[in-house]
Amino acid sequence: MKKVLALLLAMTLVIGCGAAFADAEPTEIEFWTFQDLHIAFYEAMAEEWNAQNPDRQIKLKSTPFPFEEMHENLGNALMAGTGAPDLVDIEFGKFANFMKGDIQLLPLNDIVEPELDNIVKARVDIYSKDGNYYGICFHVGAAVIYYNKELCESAGIDYTSIQTWDQYYEAAKTFKAANPEKYWMSVESSDIWHMWPQLAELGGDMTDAEGNATINTPEMAKVLEYNRKMVKEGLAVVAPGTYHHAPEFYAMMNEGSIASIVMPFWYIDRFTDYMPDLAGKIVSAPLPVWEAGEKRSVGQGGTGTAVTNQADDPELTKAFLGFCKLSKEGGIKLWQTLGFDPIRTEIWAMEDITHDPENRFVKYYASNPFDTLLQIKDEIVAVNNNEMLPTVLDTMKSVVLQKVYETDESIEDILSAAQADAEAEAF
Amino acid sequence: MRRLKSLLYSQRLAPYVFIAPFVIVFLVFFLYPIASTIIMSFQRVVPGQTSFIGIDNYRKMWNNSFLTALKNSAVYMVCTCVILIPVPMVLAVMLNSKKMPAKGFFRSMLFLPALVCVVVAGITFRLIFGERPGALMNSLLAAFGAEPVKWLGGPVRWTTMFALVILCCWRWMGVNTMYYLSALQSIPEDLYESAELDGAGAWQRFRHISVPLVRPTTIYVLTISIYGGLAMFVESRMLFANTEVGNQALTIVGYLYRVGIRKMNYGLGSAIGIFLLVLTLAVNLIQLILTGFFRKE
Repeated sequence: MKKVLALLLAMTLVIGCGAAFADAEPTEIEFWTFQDLHIAFYEAMAEEWNAQNPDRQIKLKSTPFPFEEMHENLGNALMAGTGAPDLVDIEFGKFANFMKGDIQLLPLNDIVEPELDNIVKARVDIYSKDGNYYGICFHVGAAVIYYNKELCESAGIDYTSIQTWDQYYEAAKTFKAANPEKYWMSVESSDIWHMWPQLAELGGDMTDAEGNATINTPEMAKVLEYNRKMVKEGLAVVAPGTYHHAPEFYAMMNEGSIASIVMPFWYIDRFTDYMPDLAGKIVSAPLPVWEAGEKRSVGQGGTGTAVTNQADDPELTKAFLGFCKLSKEGGIKLWQTLGFDPIRTEIWAMEDITHDPENRFVKYYASNPFDTLLQIKDEIVAVNNNEMLPTVLDTMKSVVLQKVYETDESIEDILSAAQADAEAEAF
Repeated sequence: MRRLKSLLYSQRLAPYVFIAPFVIVFLVFFLYPIASTIIMSFQRVVPGQTSFIGIDNYRKMWNNSFLTALKNSAVYMVCTCVILIPVPMVLAVMLNSKKMPAKGFFRSMLFLPALVCVVVAGITFRLIFGERPGALMNSLLAAFGAEPVKWLGGPVRWTTMFALVILCCWRWMGVNTMYYLSALQSIPEDLYESAELDGAGAWQRFRHISVPLVRPTTIYVLTISIYGGLAMFVESRMLFANTEVGNQALTIVGYLYRVGIRKMNYGLGSAIGIFLLVLTLAVNLIQLILTGFFRKE
């Protein structure tokens, strides 16, 4: 018995000492994301951080989840007060869900405010509430239009001359006449990326600044009428698989059956990863406008990385986040690994980085994506983000777009019903 | 020590000890969640600021999405019940017949789909019902000279429902057939023999011996089918790969998941859950009364 006791005592001592020495060990930062591509970026930045901060070593423990599941788990963990990670990626459309009640994310003002002059402010404003910033975006997400240059040329269309949506429609007719089996454009019946920028150009949005749903508006009707006309006349196809992230759509785009799509800048890596046959054929361009003088782009989507109130070492986690998302080296890495348009705009003009011939995005595209970006640099507006937005997006994705593109119901009726639905379903 | 021994061998205590695992599991994993769901259905649940809001959640529930969900679930439930009771019954009679060749093979083949994970099945069916001309269903149509159909999220709703019902039938046909098979095997052979001697044909034997004698199984299958139909969720989610196009595959549980989990409106989600519980209980109660389950023999 005595022997056993002595052994136990010895073990306690050893474990106790282990804990005492643990301070020299790197601090573990638990990180959740819904996009495993993001992990490569953070891992690279963690290595860089450890090289620069020998006294504040970190060990990143990353876990990727499916999109919905990650946000659900996070919501449940924050609600329960236990089980949440230190650092987490929250998608733009989901962010408002985490801005309710006592906010369970930590304000990032002390790292964001010193950098405000160097970054696109809108990309932190969209994750703020009552003057506190709770998330930092990966990218600006500028909306652009992508053309399949080869297809345009085969129909004798010069895509650079398309300045307005009217000209775009005329080009569509020319294209269709030359390629009856193919489509000029693609629209989504279950997603909003293809039409939100068109709406923003007119000054419209999904919600207004006061947080009201703005589905039933003349701007929305105008955009949807235009797209519906394209679909009904056979100029546009409703994306197979219902949206621009479906494998069926990738296949159709990849085989060269669609000439152009409106998507944000971050769609770049979908091209390189899922549509390899289009290498050397894809160019980006500023969006056409309805009337001359309209702003030609809008910041779309995004992922706000946030620090939760369950973080073990909030200061260190915040410092690391700032290093990843706000620093110059972070911004450069974002472009190099993920192909994003970094929120730190000075990088856009660094030719050695953006035109690096070894970069896989530069190699893939027929024109340099940053050339487009620099053209629209001062025209990128922001959308409103508030607690109403998740509901409005739900309504758009689940009812409105499918009805507009697949049925003959009048757009006026669809929109007024949807407006009422969204208001009735608001949290 | 003796006290402890008498406690361990106590006949009075033993039954409670034996049922304790069930009681504990029931209390922790059923009663507590149900009770807290009922409470949450009257609350606005947000971190740190949860408050009672009366019956607001129940009032808010009656919106168009919910009504669509209710309709979809009801149609799905009726379709699956109408198909998944008579057809398995006939299949079971065939499998039970002495004249049937390769019985064992057909039995295991029929049961196989039930063992396939719903997620895998959903993805496979999504590919089968793909909208491009090369997808399986559309190439079948093409063989008959028909145009390709946009099955999921297309202009009409019934194609989606068709895909969902087919998926359900494929999955559960074998299970229901097994239920009926075991019921048929418990019917004494002499009943059929004496009926045959009296000149009853195959149809009459089926109609007047098999069908009435498997009634308890029919009631059981109907009860679980009603519950399964109203609570269907995973199939529609997998078939639609997380998109919600046109609310065509939105079910009651799908809507609960959308508002309760995805939009984190736990209060409203709870109210929908309670409604589903009451609805399922009510429909099954009516069904049990109509089928004479409570009638004294």
